[in-house]
Amino acid sequence: MALTLTRSSSRLRGSSAYSYSRPRRSITLTVLLGFLLIYSVLPLTWLLFGITKDQPDLISSFGLWFGEDFSLFDNLAEVFTYDGGIFTRWFLNTIVYVVVGAGGATLLATAGGYGLAKFRFRGRNAVFAVVLGAIAVPGTALAVPTFLLFSQLGLTNTMWAIILPSLVSPFGLYLMWVFAAEAVPTELLEAARVDGASELRTFFTISLRLLVPGIVTVALFAIVATWNNYFLPLIMLNDPNLFPLTLGLYRWLADASGVGAQPVFHLVITGAFLTIVPIVITFLVLQRYWQSGLSAGSVKQ
Amino acid sequence: MKNHTMRRALAAGAGLALAGTLAACGGGSEAGGGGGDGASADEIEAALQEGGELTYWTWTPQAEKQVAAFEAAYPNVDVNLVDTSGAADNNQALQNAIAAGDGVPDVVQIEYQSLLQFQLPGQLTDLTEFGFGDLEDLYTPSTWGAVSQNDGIWGLPQDSGPMAFFYNEALFAEHGVDVPTTWDEYIEAGKALKKADPDVCIGNDTGDAGLATSLIWQAGGQPFRAEGEQVTIDLADEGTTRWADMYQRVLDAGILCDIPGWTDEWFAALNDGTIASITFGAWGPGILEGSVPDGAGDWRIAPMLSYDGTPVNAENGGSSEAVPADAPNKLLGVGFLKWLNTSDESIDEFMATGGFPATVKQLESDEFLGYESEYFGGQAINEVLVAGADDVVEGWQYLPWQSYANGIFADTVGQAWLGETTLADGLAAWQAENVKYGTDQGFTVTE
Amino acid sequence: MSALPPATRPRPGGRLTARVSRAGAGFVTPFLIAFALVFIAPLAYSLYLSLFRNQLVGGTQFVGLDNYAAVFVDPKFWDGALRVMLFLAVQVPIMLAIALVAALAIDSGRLHGRRLFRIGLFLPYAVPGVVAAMMWGFMYSDRIGLTGSLNDLAGFDLLAPYAKHWLLVSIGNIVTWEFVGYNMLILYSALKNVPTETYEAAAIDGADQFRIVRHIKLPAVRGALVIATVFSIIGSFQLFNEPQILKGLVPNLISTSYTPNIYAYTLSFQGNQVSYAATVAIVMGVITAGIAYLVQLRGMRRDS
Repeated sequence: MALTLTRSSSRLRGSSAYSYSRPRRSITLTVLLGFLLIYSVLPLTWLLFGITKDQPDLISSFGLWFGEDFSLFDNLAEVFTYDGGIFTRWFLNTIVYVVVGAGGATLLATAGGYGLAKFRFRGRNAVFAVVLGAIAVPGTALAVPTFLLFSQLGLTNTMWAIILPSLVSPFGLYLMWVFAAEAVPTELLEAARVDGASELRTFFTISLRLLVPGIVTVALFAIVATWNNYFLPLIMLNDPNLFPLTLGLYRWLADASGVGAQPVFHLVITGAFLTIVPIVITFLVLQRYWQSGLSAGSVKQ
Repeated sequence: MKNHTMRRALAAGAGLALAGTLAACGGGSEAGGGGGDGASADEIEAALQEGGELTYWTWTPQAEKQVAAFEAAYPNVDVNLVDTSGAADNNQALQNAIAAGDGVPDVVQIEYQSLLQFQLPGQLTDLTEFGFGDLEDLYTPSTWGAVSQNDGIWGLPQDSGPMAFFYNEALFAEHGVDVPTTWDEYIEAGKALKKADPDVCIGNDTGDAGLATSLIWQAGGQPFRAEGEQVTIDLADEGTTRWADMYQRVLDAGILCDIPGWTDEWFAALNDGTIASITFGAWGPGILEGSVPDGAGDWRIAPMLSYDGTPVNAENGGSSEAVPADAPNKLLGVGFLKWLNTSDESIDEFMATGGFPATVKQLESDEFLGYESEYFGGQAINEVLVAGADDVVEGWQYLPWQSYANGIFADTVGQAWLGETTLADGLAAWQAENVKYGTDQGFTVTE
Repeated sequence: MSALPPATRPRPGGRLTARVSRAGAGFVTPFLIAFALVFIAPLAYSLYLSLFRNQLVGGTQFVGLDNYAAVFVDPKFWDGALRVMLFLAVQVPIMLAIALVAALAIDSGRLHGRRLFRIGLFLPYAVPGVVAAMMWGFMYSDRIGLTGSLNDLAGFDLLAPYAKHWLLVSIGNIVTWEFVGYNMLILYSALKNVPTETYEAAAIDGADQFRIVRHIKLPAVRGALVIATVFSIIGSFQLFNEPQILKGLVPNLISTSYTPNIYAYTLSFQGNQVSYAATVAIVMGVITAGIAYLVQLRGMRRDS
């Protein structure tokens, strides 16, 4: 993968349009892309109307408008109280998985990427090959053996079963590697070395600050991956008290079947909405950072 | 999240590297199920009095109240109730926990059809050693037969599911169609309803494996025979063929809606009167009362449709609770199980919200039989349902790998619902896959 | 694959070099430990498992490479494998084309409300795949979903997302919806890296928009496009969530071998065949990595 980096260009340019000319805005193009925008937000709009409906309205009223009753507040209250308020528990679990799992993944990837980019040591080439290979290995293909291995280690049905696999993000490592290579000037490190600063100290006092956009970007990818994780919890967990939101919602959907069925589709919808909100807010808040981090760290000829 | 978990993990990892065996994956202890750890009724009672903690996995909605009642009766016992949502998830979680050798519950709900699958590899406790043989008379013959196979008692029946024909009487009346009592009439009534209103279907089915096996059972089929490791599969026996011929006519008549059960769409169709009738086990009333509010007063229950006017029935669904061989608190588990499925207190709680018991005493009580359901227009529904239990064909067995078999049902027989094949061909394909699977799994399979 | 990102070349000279080298290894070690635990170990373990056979009766036996021989002639495996290959051959190009057009449009600066587009198109990526599949599952319903409303409006069955021949398209639509924004962003980021001077030079030469797109922008995103393609291919081979959720709604159309991943899942968790499932996963992994590598090689060679 022949990759080089231009870290600075985007930052210097900011997000403004090209300076060589200010292109005229095109109505045609806007309308054309507008269709794509509608496609993107249509299901979310459907969801927004869905959360205002009770069960009967949900299955009888038009999807893109309100139902007979406005049940948003009832739904919200019910989501948080249904089944002993387990939704809150799922929410907190997800937070734990994200903070520890995605947070750990970011730390490991940052340190690792930095180490690979800025140091020469024996086996570095091997790490490069193995990690790149790992990106191509389907994560879910590993799920079954991981389950078996973890079950022998007594880790299944514990939070570790979700956290440990989340700690490794080969793509994050790669992103950070490429980013750090450009973002941290080698001369700066050498100057610090001449001054007698330890590598760790240099990392914390000098390099870390320069790596922030990359870290935020890696963190966001890790957060999304952890927040959306479904397959791994599905096979690893059987105690509902350990579920993340995704698996919990699926459980509620599955509750509608069989002897003793309790269909709660309206709660599934409201719960789905509540699952999306925090992650969307995270994206919006951190927008400034990750966009520069991504363009800086992104692959380019 | 604790340190010792991590340490144990690392220690186990080291052990794993040395041992390098798959032993833990096989699960279970010695073949046939845990032996030599029996106890008398007094010893069980003493254990309950002394107390401790136990874990109970179930998807029974009444479990919470039952557990509360139990904890009131035995204040020293702390029951950790885990809702496993449904049979499929429950089985998978149990299989995983047994494979992991960790987190195995002390008492677990298992459908009758899945008991063998756990019993055969030795994953269940034989309750004979705890004197449970004496409990036989408490239960209906078909449910007791389901939990006592292969020379042991592997669970205690919780409920039973003799089938019945649930129908929306108002809908039939509205279209002037007579309510069928035989399968032939069912087909005719289905056509009549379709003619009266093309949107209405007499039933819905997209090839539910559980329903299909129950209907084969009802038709007198006995396609599966399991004696330990000897398994016989004959999905072309007389009874099975009888069902297939009849049901092929149902499918060809185009009178069923292709709405899968238990989906939002299905609940909607039951509510708005699109689906006119349905075959449920005796647990059905609770489903309609709870989730089909618009049908209140309209629905009735009739005996199961017959082939030639002679009442004949089968079970659909129904569960037992069992004690896994690897249960960490086995004695407490056994005690809880006994209380759960024999005590009046527990069973009354189970019945209070629509549970259909497996115990003769409750089934035959005047109060139960005389109960008039408001939802079903004041009908004494339990009379119909209990009478249906007497007509259940005896001798039915499931496969030792029934959940896997049900999983591949859609791949084979299920294609008949799409018109891609016939039921007879689909059954032949299902047969072939099951024979192959059983043989691969080390069973001696005869066809 | 040959070029490594540049590393600091330490000055020759004993102690410092050794120290720096140790520090470098120190930074990477934590990642490698975790990597070994959750990547290498399961991989090695599944290779080990794949040499055995599990039986309900008779336990576990060593069977050598029998499982591999069996996978290669297993019609169920190929059924799923060919399906995902068909899926990726159609879905991935469509998704990436849309993403590319969107990225070019946003980058062109000719849109009204550029920010809105950027965020709006990206939003679906934040929706968990399971939730996305559930939402579309509801909406696809002919009876209670948007499809039903549309068909009522049209007066005939305009859309039939759950019909046998449309099902894979319906799944493709969900996946496309989820990932267009993500890919758009990757490509957009690459476009933003084109130095302004390049455009200025082109403008001086009198190049029009289309020429700029063809001769500057497209070459500029090629690397990103290859990466996006590789990730999409890997994603397609792993297809699981969407068909698994939809199976509840169309049970007979999504078989237990619909995708290799569903097949492996069924085998190990319903069928007690963990060894064979591990074999399926390994073979699938090798095929995936092989195809991904080929695409990468091809994409990069054309470039140089």
